[in-house]
Amino acid sequence: MGGIRFILIQNRAGKTRLAKWYMQFDDDEKQKLIEEVHAVVTVRDAKHTNFVEVISVADSLSVLQFRNFKIIYRRYAGLYFCICVDVNDNNLAYLEAIHNFVEVLNEYFHNVCELDLVFNFYKVYTVVDEMFLAGEIRETSQTKVLKQLLMLQSLE
Amino acid sequence: CFLFHRGEGFNGLFLLAVASITLNFVKEAEIKRINKELANIRSKFKGDKALDGYSKKKYVCKLLFIFLLGHDIDFGHMEAVNLLSSNRYTEKQIGYLFISVLVNSNSELIRLINNAIKNDLASRNPTFMGLALHCIASVGSREMAEAFAGEIPKVLVAGDTMDSVKQSAALCLLRLYRTSPDLVPMGDWTSRVVHLLNDQHLGVVTAATSLITTLAQKNPEEFKTSVSLAVSRLSRIVTSASTDLQDYTYYFVPAPWLSVKLLRLLQCYPPPEDPAVRGRLTECLETILNKAQEPPKSKKVQHSNAKNAVLFEAISLIIHHDSEPNLLVRACNQLGQFLQHRETNLRYLALESMCTLASSEFSHEAVKTHIETVINALKTERDVSVRQRAVDLLYAMCDRSNAPQIVAEMLSYLETADYSIREEIVLKVAILAEKYAVDYTWYVDTILNLIRIAGDYVSEEVWYRVIQIVINRDDVQGYAAKTVFEALQAPACHENLVKVGGYILGEFGNLIAGDPRSSPLIQFNLLHSKFHLCSVPTRALLLSTYIKFVNLFPEVKPTIQDVLRSDSQLRNADVELQQRAVEYLRLSTVASTDILATVLEEMPPFPERESSILAKLKKKKGPSTVTDLEDTKRERSVDVNGGPEPAPASTSAMSTPSPSADLLGLGAAPPAPAGPPPSSSGGGGLLVDVFSDSASVVAPLAPGSEDNFARFVCKNNGVLFENQLLQIGLKSEFRQNLGRMFIFYGNKTSTQFLNFTPTLICSDELQPNILGFITKPVDPTVEGGAQVQQVVNIECVSDFTEAPVLNIQFRYGGTFQNVSVQLPITLNKFFQPTEMASQDFFQRWKQLSNPQQEVQNIFKAKHPMDTEVTKAKIIGFGSALLEEVDPNPANFVGAGIIHTKTTQIGCLLRLEPNLQAQMYRLTLRTSKEAVSQRLCELLSAQF
Repeated sequence: MGGIRFILIQNRAGKTRLAKWYMQFDDDEKQKLIEEVHAVVTVRDAKHTNFVEVISVADSLSVLQFRNFKIIYRRYAGLYFCICVDVNDNNLAYLEAIHNFVEVLNEYFHNVCELDLVFNFYKVYTVVDEMFLAGEIRETSQTKVLKQLLMLQSLE
Repeated sequence: CFLFHRGEGFNGLFLLAVASITLNFVKEAEIKRINKELANIRSKFKGDKALDGYSKKKYVCKLLFIFLLGHDIDFGHMEAVNLLSSNRYTEKQIGYLFISVLVNSNSELIRLINNAIKNDLASRNPTFMGLALHCIASVGSREMAEAFAGEIPKVLVAGDTMDSVKQSAALCLLRLYRTSPDLVPMGDWTSRVVHLLNDQHLGVVTAATSLITTLAQKNPEEFKTSVSLAVSRLSRIVTSASTDLQDYTYYFVPAPWLSVKLLRLLQCYPPPEDPAVRGRLTECLETILNKAQEPPKSKKVQHSNAKNAVLFEAISLIIHHDSEPNLLVRACNQLGQFLQHRETNLRYLALESMCTLASSEFSHEAVKTHIETVINALKTERDVSVRQRAVDLLYAMCDRSNAPQIVAEMLSYLETADYSIREEIVLKVAILAEKYAVDYTWYVDTILNLIRIAGDYVSEEVWYRVIQIVINRDDVQGYAAKTVFEALQAPACHENLVKVGGYILGEFGNLIAGDPRSSPLIQFNLLHSKFHLCSVPTRALLLSTYIKFVNLFPEVKPTIQDVLRSDSQLRNADVELQQRAVEYLRLSTVASTDILATVLEEMPPFPERESSILAKLKKKKGPSTVTDLEDTKRERSVDVNGGPEPAPASTSAMSTPSPSADLLGLGAAPPAPAGPPPSSSGGGGLLVDVFSDSASVVAPLAPGSEDNFARFVCKNNGVLFENQLLQIGLKSEFRQNLGRMFIFYGNKTSTQFLNFTPTLICSDELQPNILGFITKPVDPTVEGGAQVQQVVNIECVSDFTEAPVLNIQFRYGGTFQNVSVQLPITLNKFFQPTEMASQDFFQRWKQLSNPQQEVQNIFKAKHPMDTEVTKAKIIGFGSALLEEVDPNPANFVGAGIIHTKTTQIGCLLRLEPNLQAQMYRLTLRTSKEAVSQRLCELLSAQF
């Protein structure tokens, strides 16, 4: 099975600014993954790739199996945008999906900053749902996404 | 920054959030403030005054905010559900968001939520439909699948559904199919979904392609027509000018994500059969490869990333088809260019992609031409994950022609390699050295180098394997002895080297003893100089080496006896060492030269089987990531019982017998008459009779163990028992009246088992007839996820009916666990097949015509009556299957001899199937009634 397992936006201190899960994880597992992602991503620099493989132990009943994930991430100022996908998924396609998403946020929030994500968390979820759904890329056209977002905003 | 200042009541919380971002605000103050806020919201919800929609939304939104700050929320669900039925978008949206983020699938709320979703789906308001679909797609619970899996396909293919709703419906359906495939019925809608690939709206195509790909993986036939549609869509995209697709063009690349998705969909299928479609696809792939050579239309990294995303996916498809040599070689050349690209991402992806190209016969040679670049990457890349890919690629491109170079490079990299990947490199080197060894002296040198460079990372599998190979190949034994002897000269050598050295000199030290520089005494002194620095298991192994020396070199016997006799051995605090010292000393004193020679003879060759190192690597990396060109050739044992075997992949990792466990081995004689009395042992020696401690509290046999037991009658390997905590796997071999059974205990949990104690129990009736020895106790602590093995040596003294029981006791968490299973040691295991001609068979058959010698059973078939399966079962049972003996070709006859220590019993059997009645008649004739009876029972249960 391919597809996105989760999308995570964290700041450099490891505070989660958005977490969208596309698979069943229990709360402990989520917390562990959040910490793991922060630990592996923040130590990397420009000489490193934008990809990290993470091997996470699955639920305790099937310890003999491992879930293989990889994190595709990109840093924007103090924020890390991370998408966790299957090891066989296309790295560059998701790397650019992150950028596409960030450009939409930037346009929508007029120069987005960390605080926009905090205060307008419910709008950020709407942006995510327009662009990613059920762990798949739903819409890639920035024009179409922004048009839809403005339409929804007019309903407020 | 604050575009959307709303919700005046938020101010306090907002300040708090800002504070925790900017000032690293004191945690307690935050909690205090939040508790106050929660109390306020609770009172609003409980208040007498009904809240209006706006206030309700405001407070639900606050709750959500508090939850997202990391605090638990245990109320507000009902208010959120109420918001779902609001007619205002903002209220509905917050309601749905709350439900999506804080799902609680147990409550009665599910019914209310589903009701609200149903209303919104039927509302014909695209915004509300979208919210409802996004909620289903986020939660994806089984209850939701039950309620909506039938409805959503209708929404998806209805003619009047808006494009944006179609996109959401397609992916919503995908989510339900992933979580509950059984609830999503295929139907008329499937063909209409396939035609969405032709849709005008590229967003709809993007969503639909994901859905079709997921469905096609499980139902390829149903979605076959998607191939030609996907090819023509792809073709239109890749040939379009960079501005044709307008807002689906991303940095001058037309619809990159859709292209990637279409290429992935095509990877669900083999190359198209229709030549026109196939030709068109080849053109697409060539166009994509051509574009990679064109000058970039933009210097932005977004442009090259998007372009290369499509290129890498196209290469994946080319590799998947593995049928166009021309494309494969072009792909390889393209990746070769990327290997030297300044972008680290591209170098990484090129290495990764080339790894799969290396396993194609068409491109293997082309990949090999990049060996120097890859070796250079190993030495210069800064990112460890890139170096790791370089190691993977070297491993994948390795063959007989370049193995010495690649192994040498990996060994030298190992000196500085990151700790995180050392063990994996060690495994890889060990596998390559074995697989491509033309000259086994090279193999021995390589493994000893491995131990020298990275001894800590050389797992047991690796050094067991080198010993196995040396034992199995007599042309390398002398060299191995000489080499370990030299390696042991180093003042500080790794303990693993001492183990290998001890083992090999114990077996083959005599081959170099003629050289005065490595005389027996010098060998012994060398080994013994390491003794005191070693751990207990290694010292135990060395003691076994010493007793082997006593046999090999009578001239050092007094020296060795002195060592064994010393207080540090005889009175060693460790029970295992003490026992070995006592027993070996006594063995060396009382046994005659002949007996010593028999007991301590050279190890018999190990049976050839899959390298356990490979199994370990697979386990480490996941089966799909380890390429083994010879996978297909490996012999596979037939599961004679037909049914699917619940053995997990991990059982393959259990295949290597541990030579350290019993140096004396199965091939050795049973306990010498003059040997040490077993009763003196404190538990855990070589010759411990575990039967003597008959357990007081034994659990009743585990449920289902009868069935498992029956499955082992005709086979020797598999999973004997499994529950949520523990898995017991078996691997056994029998020869004449002796057997050896490897028992593997797997801790399936992530928690330690403590006081883990397996015991073998034989009833009084069974005890005189069958002897079983557990050669070594297992460590009482079994780590979470770990597997431990134990060896049971078995001797059949005379015929028997019952089976020994294996009782396992341990503590898990705070609870005491007690499991008992029958060990499948059955009389037929001691069968030796006997071939004979028809005439002989019937002559013997007549000789055994005494009524007490024959036992017959007529019974109904419990499994389908398949001739081949039946044959396999009779062979698995242990007797010879005699062809063309019975005049009726439908019948099966077999012959063999049961070996016990006291006697040998000839057995003849005849099985007559009656297809019409679905019955069998089984006749057993042996010289002993009890044997006929038991064999007949055992075999009858197999059909």
